[in-house]
Amino acid sequence: MLMKKNYRSERHVPAKDIEACGLFGVMNIRGQKFGALMAIEAIKNIKVRGNGLGGGFAVYGLYPDYKDYYALHIMFQNKDIKAKEKTEDFLGEHFEIIFDEEIPTNPQVSLFCPPLVRRYFVAPKKGEAEQAIPDDEYVTSRVMYINTNIEDAYVFSSGKDMGVFKGVGFPEEIAAYFMLDGLYEGYIWTVHSRFPTNTPGWWGGAHPFSILDWTVVHNGEISSYGTNRRFLEMYDYYCTLHTDTEVMAYAVDLLMRRQGLPIEIVAKIFAPSMWDIIEHLPEKEKKLYTTLRMVYAPLLMNGPFTVIVAHHHEMFGLTDRIRLRPITAGAKDDLVFLSSEEAAIRYVCPDLDLVWTPQGGEPVVVRLNSEDHLKSLNKSI
Amino acid sequence: MYSYLLPEFAIERNEERCIRCRVCERQCATDVHYYDAEPDKMFFHEEACVGCQRCAVFCPTNALFIRPHPAEYRPNSSWNREKLQDLKKQAETGGVILTGSGNDKPYRIYWDHLVLNASQVTNPSIDPLREPMELKTFLGRKPNTLEIEFNELNGSEVKIKSELYPNVSITTPIVFSAMSYGAISYQAYKSLAMAAKKFGTLFNTGEGGLPLNMRKEYGSSAIVQCASGRFGVDPEYLNAACAIEIKIGQGAKPGIGGHLPGEKVSENIAVTRMIPQGTDALSPAPQHDIYSIEDLSMLIYALKEATNYEKPVSVKIAAVHNVAAIASGIVRAGADIVAIDGLRGGTGAAPKAIRDNVGIPLELALAAVDKRLREEGIRNKCSILAAGGIRCSADVMKAIALGADAVYIGTAALVAMGCTLCQKCYTGKCTWGICTQDPYLSKRLNPEITSQRLANLLRGWSHEIKEMLGGMGINAIESLRGNREHLRGVELAEWELDVLGVKGAGE
Amino acid sequence: MNNLNVKFGLRNMFLDGVRPVSELVQHVNTNGSNAYIDALGLKHKELNDLLRETALKGVTSITVQNVFGQRYIGTRLYLPNLAKKMEIKIAPNPGNDLGAFLNGHRLIVYGNAQDGAGNTMDDGEIIIHGRAGDIVAMSMRGGKIFIRDNVGYRAAIHMKEYTGKVPALVIGGTAQDFFGEYMAGGRVILLGLNLSKNERHKAHYIGTGMHGGVIYLRGRVEEYQLGKEVGIRALDSHDWEIVGQYVSEFSSHFGFDPAEILQEKFQKLLPVSTRPYGKIYAY
Ligand code: SF4
Ligand code: SF4
Repeated sequence: MLMKKNYRSERHVPAKDIEACGLFGVMNIRGQKFGALMAIEAIKNIKVRGNGLGGGFAVYGLYPDYKDYYALHIMFQNKDIKAKEKTEDFLGEHFEIIFDEEIPTNPQVSLFCPPLVRRYFVAPKKGEAEQAIPDDEYVTSRVMYINTNIEDAYVFSSGKDMGVFKGVGFPEEIAAYFMLDGLYEGYIWTVHSRFPTNTPGWWGGAHPFSILDWTVVHNGEISSYGTNRRFLEMYDYYCTLHTDTEVMAYAVDLLMRRQGLPIEIVAKIFAPSMWDIIEHLPEKEKKLYTTLRMVYAPLLMNGPFTVIVAHHHEMFGLTDRIRLRPITAGAKDDLVFLSSEEAAIRYVCPDLDLVWTPQGGEPVVVRLNSEDHLKSLNKSI
Repeated sequence: MYSYLLPEFAIERNEERCIRCRVCERQCATDVHYYDAEPDKMFFHEEACVGCQRCAVFCPTNALFIRPHPAEYRPNSSWNREKLQDLKKQAETGGVILTGSGNDKPYRIYWDHLVLNASQVTNPSIDPLREPMELKTFLGRKPNTLEIEFNELNGSEVKIKSELYPNVSITTPIVFSAMSYGAISYQAYKSLAMAAKKFGTLFNTGEGGLPLNMRKEYGSSAIVQCASGRFGVDPEYLNAACAIEIKIGQGAKPGIGGHLPGEKVSENIAVTRMIPQGTDALSPAPQHDIYSIEDLSMLIYALKEATNYEKPVSVKIAAVHNVAAIASGIVRAGADIVAIDGLRGGTGAAPKAIRDNVGIPLELALAAVDKRLREEGIRNKCSILAAGGIRCSADVMKAIALGADAVYIGTAALVAMGCTLCQKCYTGKCTWGICTQDPYLSKRLNPEITSQRLANLLRGWSHEIKEMLGGMGINAIESLRGNREHLRGVELAEWELDVLGVKGAGE
Repeated sequence: MNNLNVKFGLRNMFLDGVRPVSELVQHVNTNGSNAYIDALGLKHKELNDLLRETALKGVTSITVQNVFGQRYIGTRLYLPNLAKKMEIKIAPNPGNDLGAFLNGHRLIVYGNAQDGAGNTMDDGEIIIHGRAGDIVAMSMRGGKIFIRDNVGYRAAIHMKEYTGKVPALVIGGTAQDFFGEYMAGGRVILLGLNLSKNERHKAHYIGTGMHGGVIYLRGRVEEYQLGKEVGIRALDSHDWEIVGQYVSEFSSHFGFDPAEILQEKFQKLLPVSTRPYGKIYAY
């Protein structure tokens, strides 16, 4: 995102992808880890929300042995060995590589043009002049360098103790290919089943979309994309994938990671209340909501969307302000679920304690060792 | 009436020819002409004239001349007469300017910049009068491959093992596009149905339902629409048809719904739409069960479920910026037919701001969709119906060469019935008896006669298509489909040729 | 970005891998006019194939267990020649478009329903012992829907009626925004039984664009929660008769005491015009 790709004019910026999807996320709020099975079975249950052109998983807490190192999941298109060499030279120059290996895959599962996917556990190797740069910024800029400058190399994810597995196919096929069920355990799993209206045939285009340990899975079409994108460009985020998800991820990164706003506020930026509802709020809230709308107008995500965003210790779901896309939340003991359809939750957890549908624009925030998710329950139906 | 407006049309009556028969008075729906016995003379209020030419055509002595009003403001190419008149109307009412029929603004008409090919020497042209020339077309999804059980010893025992998708066959690649009963009169609606049936093609019910008494006879020639208002939609309606169309949008008004005003909701229309008489029939802008592509998929399969997977499902969209990607999504969502309605598509009523400014030309949209679907290897998974501004058989040919399976005609059919494109469809006072529910006006159409006019049109066009195909040395319409080798562009910019996928003339 | 000469083509998530009915017999257990279907692992179309097949065999009462998200239950049962309408019991969680285009059958859900329940329903009954998602009863034209708990966004949107055919939707809990949007007919009763004393209903934009039908609303609602096309009226004796009848039917389904429900204040929401947009145009 720190690399600017130059087009002769905006006319030549590719049109964004249009897509819709099925989403599912589950988190254990005590941090207990569990396997992939729930995520796989749930997304399989809502198979018809995708069309087999992309699926992916984000897992948190899967690399306890390397939890202090940035885990880079990198794919090499067409198993391009030159790209791999170039990338590794680059990594060696900028990072201490603690351990690396090919991510194991199941040879029985045949998928569409699978790339080579490897993981690298690394620590930043900063030069004299770079000492002042925070690690996160350092890593982000190097990841972006790889994505934009090394042909055929693309970083799936780059956070600590988390990882993204994705590709072209139905999500359950991706899971089988990477043998997620059996090899990995995490305390948050989010999963995405994609319904794009084109065939990139490119594994990097699948979701979740990730920067550092932030992952976004998204459903819908943001009609304000052009406005949002141009605003983010002012903050040096350059959208290279041309998807709504990317815009959403950068907006989350800007507001939450860089500006430090909590999701409860960010939700009101992405999905603000209507003016005639704000009108009837108590004075203080009225002022807050009015100011938020004034200042962050270019980040209003206008149009149908549901997102599930995760990073360490937190997962949240949010829909647009008039709830044009579905989301259902559920809870059972320490497990909290978010899903496009209730049936997917029930299918993997038939004896739910709670199930609810938040109001449009009202986030469901699931935090480690907290009951924050119940706040949205109270406002929901 | 508005106080500051110039009349749109000027009327001239040749007093010497006029025999005071008062035909014009009876024909005009806006009461322009009137008779005064005292001087024994005809007079008129010309500010009410919409220029439909009905009176002029029916005047037995050709005494009437209706022309655009010659009065002019100071010439100004930016603030032209139309803009000024609209401003004055809005200043008086605060309303949204309504209009009817298709976009009449001078956007480039690509049909007029594309020329067709013919054989000379290297391959023979074919004479359509004596040799077979086939226009039969199938609308629906085709499988990628056929699994066939073939017994070589006994050639007659061939069995198709693959499961086939429902397809509808039409005898000519021309289908009447959606015009609802309500937007048009029962007589006009029935004429379309009769002509379609007679000719072996299809008509489209629009979203006004299919009258019960027509289902048995015309159901098999009907594409029934399931649109945002869901008017007249019940399982019987869906099952009576030969295909179902989900209407997402319309070229004349992409992204907005429609209002059939209460005064047009007569008893029979109320029954057909299944709403109370006299209430507005409001069609919401979106279908509220479709907010995204996977929701569209849900409705497509709901309709397939409701009809036991026996009918192809079409999805009609307006041609908009991302039309190619949207069409691909529609096919992936399970549609068997994609109908694309371009910038010039007609309407019974639309806000003028929308009709004249939203959407893209059909020609570009069609070429882009066809190309995208081929690139993705899914073109055979659907048929493409092209709609919006098809004026003649040559346009049909060009549309097919740009990738359409067949075309929808709406305006052309209306003109065949008598319409003169006065653009006042929304007033309900169509003197030609088409866009009206006033029995005095609508009885001017006799479905027996009007359907024959429509069938004649289909016959004439089909014949011309055969002539043009023959000239190219092609004797089956499918060989023209997407065949841009038979098109060349004239006076088009590089990017336009690129989008169309067509070479410049001489290249 | 993929330079291999391979086209991905099209995968059909609905129909790929659908098994013929003959391979699914072990899911059905028929006993005279009753049948039991185990829906576990059945695809949307497979379950509906089985329902249709079973109905055609003369079964009139079917219990479907282990339903997790299968869509369109009841939709494929347009069988005008059927002697008797079906009754289908479903548990625990039918999928979207439950009873879409329903043609007179009775669906009883022991659990929650999702989005689109009763979409363009023609006739029959849907009884949900739980809650339902968005756009419940969208464009519903006839029949009755009873929902014990809450409903999501845009319930009763564009519901319509014609002469003798007046659809009814009774909701025990409360609703989310755009409740009754575009309503063109029918009767909707929102009981708010799960709201605490003096708690307002949650929905905003209630009845926006409404131009027909009636909403009976029990409990509190502020004027600004209503769309500008709706007016509030008191119930007259005819209204009470209607409300009483539906409330008692509702109560008998879910075991409530109708008298207790009817004690609370009801308001009647009516469209102020059957032509809400008649005046916005300049001709
Ligand atoms: S409106 Fe038509 S019929 Fe009436 S005067 Fe004008 S042209 Fe003649
Ligand atoms: S129809 Fe012609 S001849 Fe008859 S009154 Fe009118 S202008 Fe005169």
